[in-house]
Amino acid sequence: MSGAEATVGMHGVAAHAAEQVISKRIVVGYGFWIFLLSDIVMFSAFFATYAVLMNATAGGPGGRELFDLDNTAIETACLLLSSFTCGLASLGAQAHRGSLFYTAMAATFVLGLAFIGLEAHEFAGFVARGAGPTRSAFLSAFFSLVGCHGLHVSAGLLWLLTMMAQVFAKGYRPDILRRMLCFSLFWHALDIIWVALFSVVYLMGAAT
Amino acid sequence: MSHSEDVSEVAPGYTPPHDTDPTEGLSSYLIGLGLAVLLTAVSFFIARTTLVWQPSIPVALAVLAVAQMGVHLVFFLHITTGPDNTNNVLALAFGVLIVLLILTGSLWIIAHLNHNMMPMDQIMRMQ
Repeated sequence: MSGAEATVGMHGVAAHAAEQVISKRIVVGYGFWIFLLSDIVMFSAFFATYAVLMNATAGGPGGRELFDLDNTAIETACLLLSSFTCGLASLGAQAHRGSLFYTAMAATFVLGLAFIGLEAHEFAGFVARGAGPTRSAFLSAFFSLVGCHGLHVSAGLLWLLTMMAQVFAKGYRPDILRRMLCFSLFWHALDIIWVALFSVVYLMGAAT
Repeated sequence: MSHSEDVSEVAPGYTPPHDTDPTEGLSSYLIGLGLAVLLTAVSFFIARTTLVWQPSIPVALAVLAVAQMGVHLVFFLHITTGPDNTNNVLALAFGVLIVLLILTGSLWIIAHLNHNMMPMDQIMRMQ
């Protein structure tokens, strides 16, 4: 808030000014931020479960035998770049630039799809080696934690396509732009969770 | 709705409007991408290397992960400590508190439980 506005507020028009400055965009963004934080709290429960069960391999394979860090590095690169292109897409939407918006959204979709494909391939490889979620408590916790993130990314991909279709059909209306804001927040938050995932699950699992 | 410069609060993810030129907001995402790539590369390097003292690796990975989450929050989600971002930061602080309670509480309780539990072969013998 600028100093001038504070002065105005002190002169008795504070109530009127407050009604004006809190735009719908801010309220929507704040509400969605609260939702994202509750989603992160849910993930923390999965993380706690994984941390508790990390060594309960029941004689089965552990992280050191299973994890392929090259695969994880490619997955990480895909998701990080997709977070960047998602930022470009929201810039394009705010500037009403279709060329930037559609290109960046398409790039985000391709990178997100590549991430899901790599993860599905990894899961299928584990199951083929007899290291499915039923093998040990460690693997149950691993599949629920990483799989939950994968489900979020899949849902995000569907949402991404919906946003492209809505912008195409309805244009850059304020309500569509607010949905785009929520989508970009969701996508960035997924990347934050992936940072915790690759550090705790893959890197610590392979290193220790 | 016009983009107003006189907002007292900013939504997370909100970049100031660019009616003509989207390259202005680009710098934030470019800086964020650069820092995130750097931190990720260091994380993967540390996990594989034998150059550093091995017991320090999990701590280093945790520190790097927290740093990278901070980078994402500031440069991608635009959660900053500025006076126009108070509500978002307070919500974030509360979320972090709950996450820390769940993680440390679970690990602490289960570690004590494991420590105090009778070894499995003795339980088997009692049955």
